[in-house]
Amino acid sequence: MIKQILFIITLLITFGVFAYSVKRLWGFFSLTKPAYPIKNIGARISHTLNVAFGQTKIFRKPVIGLMHALVFWGFLVITLGSIEMVVDGVSGLDRAFASTGWFYDVVIASGDVFALLIIVFIKLFILRRMFLKIKRFTGVEMTAKANWDALLSLYFIGFLMVSLICFNMGYISSHPNGYEGVYPVSATLVNLFGWDFSLLQEPGWWVHLLLIFTFANYLPYSKHFHVFLSIPNVFLANLEPITKYPNLESITREVKLMLDPEAAYDESAEVARFGVKDIEDVSWKNYMDSLSCTQCGRCTDVCPANITGKLLSPRKIFVDLRKRMDEKGPLALAGKQDNKSLLRDYISEEEIWACTTCNACAQECPIDISHPNLIMDMRRYLVMEESAAPAGLNVMFANIENNGAPWQFSPEDRMKWAD
Amino acid sequence: MADVTAKGEKPEYLYWVGCAGAFDDRYQKVARAFSKILNHLGVSYAVLGKEESCTGDAAKRAGNEMLFQMQAMQNIEVLNSYEVKKIICTCPHCYNTLKNEYPDLGGNYEVINYTVFLDEMIRTGKLKLENNPFKGESITYHDPCYLGRGNGIYDAPRNVIKAVFGEVKEMKRARSFGLCCGAGGAQMFKEAEKGDKEVNIERTEEIIERKVDKVASACPFCMTMLTDGIKLKNKEAELQNIDIAEIIEKALNL
Ligand code: SF4
Ligand code: SF4
Repeated sequence: MIKQILFIITLLITFGVFAYSVKRLWGFFSLTKPAYPIKNIGARISHTLNVAFGQTKIFRKPVIGLMHALVFWGFLVITLGSIEMVVDGVSGLDRAFASTGWFYDVVIASGDVFALLIIVFIKLFILRRMFLKIKRFTGVEMTAKANWDALLSLYFIGFLMVSLICFNMGYISSHPNGYEGVYPVSATLVNLFGWDFSLLQEPGWWVHLLLIFTFANYLPYSKHFHVFLSIPNVFLANLEPITKYPNLESITREVKLMLDPEAAYDESAEVARFGVKDIEDVSWKNYMDSLSCTQCGRCTDVCPANITGKLLSPRKIFVDLRKRMDEKGPLALAGKQDNKSLLRDYISEEEIWACTTCNACAQECPIDISHPNLIMDMRRYLVMEESAAPAGLNVMFANIENNGAPWQFSPEDRMKWAD
Repeated sequence: MADVTAKGEKPEYLYWVGCAGAFDDRYQKVARAFSKILNHLGVSYAVLGKEESCTGDAAKRAGNEMLFQMQAMQNIEVLNSYEVKKIICTCPHCYNTLKNEYPDLGGNYEVINYTVFLDEMIRTGKLKLENNPFKGESITYHDPCYLGRGNGIYDAPRNVIKAVFGEVKEMKRARSFGLCCGAGGAQMFKEAEKGDKEVNIERTEEIIERKVDKVASACPFCMTMLTDGIKLKNKEAELQNIDIAEIIEKALNL
């Protein structure tokens, strides 16, 4: 009974802190603009099954991809087990889901096996981070804190698995006359040592759940927030071809008006700003992307601008957006301002103009972030609000306007190729 | 188009030549090659000629949405006035813009990339390729971003090359992993930002490493960037950049 009360109190604290984090982020979301409408639920579900659960994009790097996929799939089954542990803790029951029979055995058994696999992989991931020089783990946007954050999360996951196996071993030892579920790894370990591990059961259980609770509350402040957000982010992804860049509706209205002065002018549709300068101009999806980004650097790794030594790093765009929101969000919610902005104080014009819109980054991103769209939104701000395009582009604009071609040729000569 | 319409004819396809096809010295050859193939096939088609204007792709990607939409609406007006149904494009940037960005502004057409069209013609036996003027030569293919990653067209250009060369020697970065030529997103029209090297040089080095006689491309920007890269590396004698349409033109001896 005391255990139950203690557990319920811990659980309430966990939910309380988590609710606070969510509320804080919710406030930040209220500062952003609408994105595209979320339609085609069927297509979205199959997309999510494919990209998130099937890990198809992760597999673009086959070896490390398989390791990540196994950790991910392991997490899914282990989460089912953790839910049972929480139910047990609240209700005082023992193995509340055991009545699901063979399904229970499958879930528990695979959780037990995955726990071991994950321990091995996490160890490898940690060693890789510490000893291998992997280019995509570095870059200006990868601060010491980001690296530390990555390592901490890996340790969290590692200890989560160790505690799970300890709990399982303890459970097996304390039920010598038969127990619920199947434990290929833990049972083998118990038999191998031949000791009585029953003392491990209680601490294993507490440590496992307390780690989950702490981890869950640490995530919203870490790059590993993707544990929660990546699946929804993939579900909400833009399903259009990646090179389709949406048309600005406010411009459509103006252009229609210019071409047909008779058209009715809609005052209510006045927009404050073209393009993106700061966090108030981004869409909720842009901000969600920035929270979901794992900072894995796969985008930057394939970026032609980055490969050839230019300043642009697509990952940095979203890392910067998140940082800027952390800085300005609380101020903006309190109705205050500062004299900084995302563009220029965080992201330089030089970065913005280096993008070839090749979409290699968007193709590679495992959680379907579109970097070029946000980059072009910032170009829109520079061009349409400040007329601050590089000289060559102004010439191109003028040519299109006057000659209907980006080069200085007369439309009269358009058929010369056929001569 | 104006001429054929005046005659009361309704061509099946509109061939969208694009600014590069119309004005770029090198790419005019591609436009010519493709129109020769269309004539050879006896396809009913027309071009807009003086009435064609830039799709606005580069303006849009450079952030000038106003200019883009002006271009788009004017083009749509022209296309709709001729009741155009099917458009064939050689330029992937025109293709992407017409296919993906015009519909929301009232321009709804069936937009076809020429590599898909050629592949289809070869598969259905309408285009017969009997001789190979490139005997003994090897070839690789450079994926244009707006064709491959953007619109999933990876196999059609390869099939066309294979129909003549038999084989495509793939580079390490191919298909959805392909490396940009460096010209998209309006880069073509401005100085590159400071870096260690230009993107087209990086790509050209990769092509040279593959040790092939030819590199096929399917985009005017890629054509310019790769040809420049090859020139800068002084490899014009052993490595040439050729467009998919030019391969077929040569194979048909047009
Ligand atoms: S944007 Fe995508 S690919 Fe790039 S670091 Fe973030 S999660 Fe990785
Ligand atoms: S679209 Fe831009 S940011 Fe993305 S990989 Fe290409 S050049 Fe880099």
